[in-house]
Amino acid sequence: MKEEALARPEWTAADTVNSYVSGFLAACRVIARNRLALFGVVIVGTWLLTALLAPYIATHDAYEINIANRLKGPSSDHWLGTDYLGRDTFSRLVFGARTAFQVAIGAVFLGAFFGIPLGAISGFSGRWVDSAIMRVMDSIMAFPGRLLAIALVASMGGGLFSLYIALGINSIPSYARIVRGVVLAQKEKEYVEAARMTGESDFNILFLQVLPNCLSPLLIRLSLDFGHAILAESSLSFLGLGLPPPTASWGLMLKEVTPFLQLQPMAAFFPGLTISLIILGFNLLGDGLRDVFDPRQYER
Amino acid sequence: MFVRYLIQRIWQLIPVLILVSVAVFLIVRVIPGDPVLVMLGIDPEERSRISEEQYQALQQQLGFDRPIYVQYVHWVSKIVQGDLGLSLRSRRPVFEIIFERYPATIYLALTALLVGIAIAIPTGVIAATRQNTGADYAAMGFALWGIAMPNFWLALMLIVLFSLKLGWLPSIGYASPLENPLRFLQHACLPAIVMGTDLAAPLTRYIRAEMLEQLKQDYVRTAWAKGLPSRMVIIKHALKNSLIAAVTVVGLQTARLLGGSTIVETVFSWPGVGRLLIEGIYSRDYPIVQGAVLLIAVTYVFINLCVDVVYKWLDPRIKLE
Repeated sequence: MKEEALARPEWTAADTVNSYVSGFLAACRVIARNRLALFGVVIVGTWLLTALLAPYIATHDAYEINIANRLKGPSSDHWLGTDYLGRDTFSRLVFGARTAFQVAIGAVFLGAFFGIPLGAISGFSGRWVDSAIMRVMDSIMAFPGRLLAIALVASMGGGLFSLYIALGINSIPSYARIVRGVVLAQKEKEYVEAARMTGESDFNILFLQVLPNCLSPLLIRLSLDFGHAILAESSLSFLGLGLPPPTASWGLMLKEVTPFLQLQPMAAFFPGLTISLIILGFNLLGDGLRDVFDPRQYER
Repeated sequence: MFVRYLIQRIWQLIPVLILVSVAVFLIVRVIPGDPVLVMLGIDPEERSRISEEQYQALQQQLGFDRPIYVQYVHWVSKIVQGDLGLSLRSRRPVFEIIFERYPATIYLALTALLVGIAIAIPTGVIAATRQNTGADYAAMGFALWGIAMPNFWLALMLIVLFSLKLGWLPSIGYASPLENPLRFLQHACLPAIVMGTDLAAPLTRYIRAEMLEQLKQDYVRTAWAKGLPSRMVIIKHALKNSLIAAVTVVGLQTARLLGGSTIVETVFSWPGVGRLLIEGIYSRDYPIVQGAVLLIAVTYVFINLCVDVVYKWLDPRIKLE
């Protein structure tokens, strides 16, 4: 037995790459088997590409005002009609995807940037550090999410930076709780003990050995949070507390056409449909990722 | 045991309430510019509207000349006595204004709760009892779409259909249910459907999942084997146990609804606390903003506590951790 172990070839970097590739392919197979998750991937992928290629996809200048053409219904020239200033709705939706992803990426990054280390430190340190961090997290969670965002934006004023902070702070506790839970479960395991005995520093053990175990729940959370951030940005912009005009924001587009609902209801229909679709996409993707990380899926 | 749990749970609430009050206290302090001018609703460039003596007097009156922790303690002690300050616009006590608006929020929240439960229970039960059929797919489609759909868009689409096209229901306005119940129902119908859908979508998914779990249990199999009618097995046995677990979801959503749906109240011009908050922000009436945020957050915290306690009472296996 001992000889067998000694004869085993060494684990190389190529093996690591191969294991990641085979893991990724297995995950793709699970997603492909789940039609709803696949639908989510298609929706999110399409909108992500739309955001990246917005200048090539838009049929008109998203900011060009044409009063003579205001509140027109869908036509061959303006596929989804025009808004109250005669701007092309399709082009504004395309550029709105950029705004939505920009806000979501910033907010999710901020939430994860502070939430992950806070949760890791909380779970690893225990005692009063854990207690203090978790009470602060509980207090953030004591506010209904949207209310906290509204209160913060009201204090700091609208704009991209305020949105990053308002939406990012909202998601810090969820990352902290996820990471803390995993760290608490992992820190008593043998490999952590072994790393300690080899003289590894707490920092290295926590961030290089324990944290990679949080990847799966974090990816699910990230996917859901992207959807939440897009919805929250739209809601704040709809209330007039988010991005200022003339930014192409889906929520702002809805707010701007609300007084003209009787004249052109389609102007409100398409932005709302777009928001619903992208959130549906992220939710389905999140559900699909949950399946990917459920080991029972691989036993079939 | 239960009383000990209750005491511990209330004890845990104290640091949360302190931090919530600090956050609300800081709302005015983090606004860029001079807090005295902010509290007076004066733009920094209009600073010359008041003389230096007036400014000093106001600073002293508002307590901004004292250290920040003294200001906080003073502010909290006033709140405990029910003094949230005066509205900058109407010069009336904020406490009075908020509690004038709160009943409208409560009535709407309760109506929405009834609508949500009335949609979610039958939909969830049908989906679970007819798993993998057209009815199940339709119910899950509704739930998925309901979760994804922004409530302000649903509100606008319902206004277009029922108010502008068909003319069946008013899109704005309010009547107290105690004075004119019929008019209240007319006005509350559309906002309650919007908020009820918000509640029903996740609840339907939850009830379906719980029902599927319960239907697999031995006691349900025994009930079938005893020859009990389907209705009795499903409603009296499986559904009853599924609803215990659903208490948490309903409770958390109720907390959200009682906190006032800022967007729905704004779209339908419903005179509740949520709309008051938005009006306060638009008019830069910060005492109103602070008061509304504090009320909503405290309501949310206490209803969460009630949910935990009720759940513990229903299921004594729950532990504090």
